[in-house]
Amino acid sequence: MPLDVYLNVAVGGLLTGLVYGLMALGLSVIFGVVRVVNFAHGEMMTIAMYLAITLFSVLGLDPLVMLVPIAAVLFVFGYALQAKLINSFITRPEHSQFLLLVAIAIILVNGLLIIYGPDARNVQTSYSFDSFEIGRLIIDANKLYAAFAALVVTALLFAFFRFTATGTAIRACADNHTGALVVGLDVKKLYALTFALGSACVGAAGVMLLMIFDVTPALGPAYTLLAFVIVITGGLGSMPGALLGGVLIGMTEALAGLLFQPSMKSMFTFAILVLVLLIRPQGIMGRRA
Amino acid sequence: MSRKISDTRVSRRTVTAGIGAAALAGVAPFNIGRAQGAPLKVGVLLPRSGTQAGIGQDCQRGVDITVGILKQMKMPDLQIMNADTETNVDVARARAEKLIADGAQLLVGAFDSGQSTAIAQVAEQKGIPYVINIAAAPPITEQGYKFVFRNFPTGPMILRDAFLNQKEIFALVNDQPKTAVMLHVNDTYGMSILGGTKAMFPRFEMPYKIVEEIAYDPAARDLSVEVAKAKATNAEVLIAVSRLNDAILVTREMIKQRWTPKSVLSIGPGWYEDQYLKTLGKNADGPISFVPWYDPNKKATKLLEDALAKAHAGIGLNTNHVYTFEALLVAADAYKRAGSADPKALADAIRATKITDNVSPGPGIQFDAKGQNDQLKCSAIQNRGGKLVTLAPKASANAKPDWPLKRA
Amino acid sequence: MIGRILRDVPRRTLVLLACFFAVLAAVPFIAGDYVLTILILILYFAYTGQAWNILMGFTGYLSLGHALFTGLGAYSAASLFVHFGVAPWLGLLAAIPIAMAVAGLMGFLAFRFRVSGVYFAILTIAFAEFARIGFDHFAWVSGSSGLFLPVAQYAHNDLWRLRGNPMMFYYIILVATALAFLISYLLLRSRTGYFWLAIREDEQAARATGIDTFRYKMMAVMISAGMTSFGGVFYAFYYNNLFPEQVFHIARSIEIILAPMVGGIGTLFGPIVGAFVLETASEGLRVILEAFGIDVPGIKQVFWGFVLLAIVIALPEGVWPWIARRLGLKERGP
Repeated sequence: MPLDVYLNVAVGGLLTGLVYGLMALGLSVIFGVVRVVNFAHGEMMTIAMYLAITLFSVLGLDPLVMLVPIAAVLFVFGYALQAKLINSFITRPEHSQFLLLVAIAIILVNGLLIIYGPDARNVQTSYSFDSFEIGRLIIDANKLYAAFAALVVTALLFAFFRFTATGTAIRACADNHTGALVVGLDVKKLYALTFALGSACVGAAGVMLLMIFDVTPALGPAYTLLAFVIVITGGLGSMPGALLGGVLIGMTEALAGLLFQPSMKSMFTFAILVLVLLIRPQGIMGRRA
Repeated sequence: MSRKISDTRVSRRTVTAGIGAAALAGVAPFNIGRAQGAPLKVGVLLPRSGTQAGIGQDCQRGVDITVGILKQMKMPDLQIMNADTETNVDVARARAEKLIADGAQLLVGAFDSGQSTAIAQVAEQKGIPYVINIAAAPPITEQGYKFVFRNFPTGPMILRDAFLNQKEIFALVNDQPKTAVMLHVNDTYGMSILGGTKAMFPRFEMPYKIVEEIAYDPAARDLSVEVAKAKATNAEVLIAVSRLNDAILVTREMIKQRWTPKSVLSIGPGWYEDQYLKTLGKNADGPISFVPWYDPNKKATKLLEDALAKAHAGIGLNTNHVYTFEALLVAADAYKRAGSADPKALADAIRATKITDNVSPGPGIQFDAKGQNDQLKCSAIQNRGGKLVTLAPKASANAKPDWPLKRA
Repeated sequence: MIGRILRDVPRRTLVLLACFFAVLAAVPFIAGDYVLTILILILYFAYTGQAWNILMGFTGYLSLGHALFTGLGAYSAASLFVHFGVAPWLGLLAAIPIAMAVAGLMGFLAFRFRVSGVYFAILTIAFAEFARIGFDHFAWVSGSSGLFLPVAQYAHNDLWRLRGNPMMFYYIILVATALAFLISYLLLRSRTGYFWLAIREDEQAARATGIDTFRYKMMAVMISAGMTSFGGVFYAFYYNNLFPEQVFHIARSIEIILAPMVGGIGTLFGPIVGAFVLETASEGLRVILEAFGIDVPGIKQVFWGFVLLAIVIALPEGVWPWIARRLGLKERGP
């Protein structure tokens, strides 16, 4: 096979990986601070995608513009979810949290089915079918925009955690829960804020992914799993780790699909996951707890 | 697969016969000797939620319009009892039992091969006739069932017609492609088509050879690699075996990666469905699908088209509606001839079915000894300006092929 | 053994248990096949939940991939039956060791490399997904085409080959569930059981007191997998077709664990009570919705999700510990 095929596929995998990374970033932020694994992560992403469908059909807004209001809606949703429900589960065992979020996921998947029907939906922009041709390299325009937006959102989030007082306070919560309580931080509020930020992330990712593929109500669980795989590979709780994990998984699937039968490509993903769990359980970029 | 497993021999390990008799008495003959005139109670099982919700709800549209059409055709009335299988085998089986307990005298459904097999076992044990609307896995009618009928082509039948229709089209356009790449989904349907292709290909002396087979996961999120790989083979035509979502993904990738083969020949669902046409707009034009379809020249087709247009404006008639309708037509027709709702009489009547005033291509609806309609023909259809035209077989064609594929 | 049970267990519990079992055994005489089918589902999930509970409930390791073991059991026995006509009870002799061996491998890796908590859960998912895709490409068991078991008219029940009517399957799963309960009970009261609970409560402390935690964790995961695999064999011969997409799917794994989670993790009655609660809620909702003439696909699941939500919020320990307190029964909680 000619070399340019490899190059094209690798670039595509890299770009898709960045957007996956953003989606997983939300999960990672939430776990890193709240220590709750969001088993309804993919379902929350589909909410954002359907919001985008509604906004697009009513207002005709470009997905890249809708990113901001939809992330804001998901922010509020996430805040409410954490403040009203999950905060009281913080001290409960993992399996209890798991059951709570599975119940929420079931309600979301079927609620979306009732509201939007079962058919795959998407948005048609003027650049839906565009691609750039650079020499023998062909780059999907949608993936490029989405990947760029993913980098911007990640940078903003990173800046927030590094340079603002609230961001620092949240990091303090994550590092030392008791210590945070001692110095008088309102931990429950900070947790809600973190969950909200994580939700906003996955909301933004959902809007961008809508430029790449269609949404159905049943899409959620597969993405919850994907987000998990990426975050564990990159390092639960690590922000750069999530992006790196996304890129690693994106590229692995792309190249494995090229070299072997594509229907087997996910096996390589899970093989990487198992290797990481065994050799470096904290993930590639994670710190030992 | 036809090995018989002790269906006659009495085993010492057999669970006490007395208990069995008691249990049977419990579900007594609620459906024997119902007078003709009362509507036949038909339990319809479809996956209307879960991962197959889209198809299940589409089939349901076919169910909803059928009762009215049957009246127009002077067929006996059906009382439809709907059940949702939730795309789950457990639920499918329990729902089938529930429908029968509630008095269903005949079952119809269930799109998916796994769910259909689960329902078939219940129907067979209870001796209630079961007409499968859609499910292509061959083993279902190879099990020696006596109450299970299928008016839908099996994988090998779909494939046989695909090859014959392709040859017809190649002759019409006077072009014989030399190479093809096969891109197929790795699920039950995709594998049965792939397996069939390997077995049958030599016999049909097709002009092309398949240079590569590329399989992808049914849950694939991104098909850019698959399309890049297919493009790299430089094959003249793409043979696709897909579902709906992946058909849309493949088309988008083909445009983005600027790959325009001579044609896309799709064997199976996806490339002609409403959602595909709507989502892709003018980019949907061109692909040719080889599918169980309807004969646009048949009289009943018009009835079905009109009824669907009235009930669901903007939705084109498709395989899901047609074969769900025909399954119910088989039920009504058998009820008419049997003159009773006695399940055994119904099953015998179905076995003797001979409906020529139908919708699907071919001589009509009839069943062989295994309960399979082996006379069904599949069509070649092409997307053109958001509509679908039939290119082959000649008897049910209403247009000439557009060849080769053109893209803006 | 029997004597010990009679001595150890409070009389009230024994009487209750006997009544419960007697009622279940009598069901086929009074109920039709529809009720039996629902009960088979309930008992199936009670059985697999009981098996899963040995790992999670007793040792504290959360597996989200138990569909791997039902799947391995189902495929081992079914493929032997299809290819060589081997009866399922003999097939079990292959199914159980295969499931145990894979569980052993998974456990060895996990416990050697100290994978625990969420990470262990993800590892189990990875194994199950790996198997799902692997079996999709495994031609000997027909890959993604699906493996179909030959079925013929059920003129008679053939217990040896597991061909028969729902009543036969009902009694099989009823006996299996009772046995699983008994095995769990005996294990929990054994030396091994006490070590497991010690590991669950505080693994480091357990190790410090000299318990060979690795060995006992390996035992837990392998026993749990072996028991689960019988559930798979049952599934294969009850439904007569297998698709990797369905049997190894993560949704299956989650179905298996819902019953014990809702019923009460680490309790003996939890999986049974949970299975009853969940399936009854599901059927009850269908009946209610039907009575109101509501036929909206998905709405039952939404309500069911709310039932689940209500239970997890109101009864953090599960339904059984709450009932047990009301009835004045004592069972070691989680």
